[in-house]
Amino acid sequence: MVGIVLVSHSRKIVEGIYELASQMTGGKVPIGVAGGTQDGRLGTDATEIMEEIKKVDDGEGVVVLVDIGSAVMSAQMAIELLGEEYEGKVKIADAPLVEGAIAASVEASIGSGFDKVLLVAEEAKKLNKL
Amino acid sequence: MVITKNDVLKVVDKIVEVIKENKEYLTELDAAIGDADHGINLDRGFDAVKQKLTTLPETTDIGTILKTLGMTLVSTVGGASGPLYGTAFMRAGQVVQGKNELYEEDIVKIFEAALDGIKQRGKAEAGDKTMIDSIEPAYKALKDSLENNIALPEALNRAANAAKEGMEYTKNISARKGRASYLGERSIGHLDPGATSAYLMIKSFSDVVNLS
Repeated sequence: MVGIVLVSHSRKIVEGIYELASQMTGGKVPIGVAGGTQDGRLGTDATEIMEEIKKVDDGEGVVVLVDIGSAVMSAQMAIELLGEEYEGKVKIADAPLVEGAIAASVEASIGSGFDKVLLVAEEAKKLNKL
Repeated sequence: MVITKNDVLKVVDKIVEVIKENKEYLTELDAAIGDADHGINLDRGFDAVKQKLTTLPETTDIGTILKTLGMTLVSTVGGASGPLYGTAFMRAGQVVQGKNELYEEDIVKIFEAALDGIKQRGKAEAGDKTMIDSIEPAYKALKDSLENNIALPEALNRAANAAKEGMEYTKNISARKGRASYLGERSIGHLDPGATSAYLMIKSFSDVVNLS
């Protein structure tokens, strides 16, 4: 199954989204969370993101969802640090974090492949709420 | 002139000290146009660097020292300066891998690799009101000086002066990258915190070499 990794500056944000997405998928999808620094400040940590990607990957690929600013840079760095073995199998979705995470998790839970999960996550930015 | 491993460690110590001294100042600059954490974040990162470097074996080469420094910043800083400075030091380490002594051409390579790494990571250019605005002029001043047979201490002094001018220039321009870019023209009149911390690091390098 395609894995999902959620990245935010805030641990609380990713834990909350994890809760929401797990509820909708019955806990079937492997979802990793990376948020805040090791000493509890707001921030992102490329090495934590890398470890979470490794943890949720079962060979089908991993879609990474990020919030703002350094989350993007840290996620890009994490993918670089993973090296050739993961090349093309891990991508950052150009999507809003909450909506993208839910859309991607649900899509992964029905067994869709990596490209489809990524696409559905990115389509979440076009979602009309009203 | 030769820069030894011991000199490199002295430069790192100096950077740790200067970042600590300027922690509040950098955070104040960041409070004006960003998220008020630059000084605190860098200080945490360099504290971790200091700890980490004490665990390295005595035989560790300069390349590995710089790469370890970069990797430590990546995992401890938290803000955008983590991956940016982290990439800079890791790339710098790659170009001097295995070396225990550095010469003029190595210093130029280090600056070049660090600058390219930051540009690539941050997708920024000179004039965007970022750390590049101090590092790029410093690199050019260093390279020009050494090409004109100016000795390394003076070349580094010129690089630090160029970095300072570049840092001061960020006050006159509006931000196109990072949180400050949300402010657009309202960011004019404020120094860029990243350009300021980059200047402090280059100045530390110059000070250590000029005093030894």
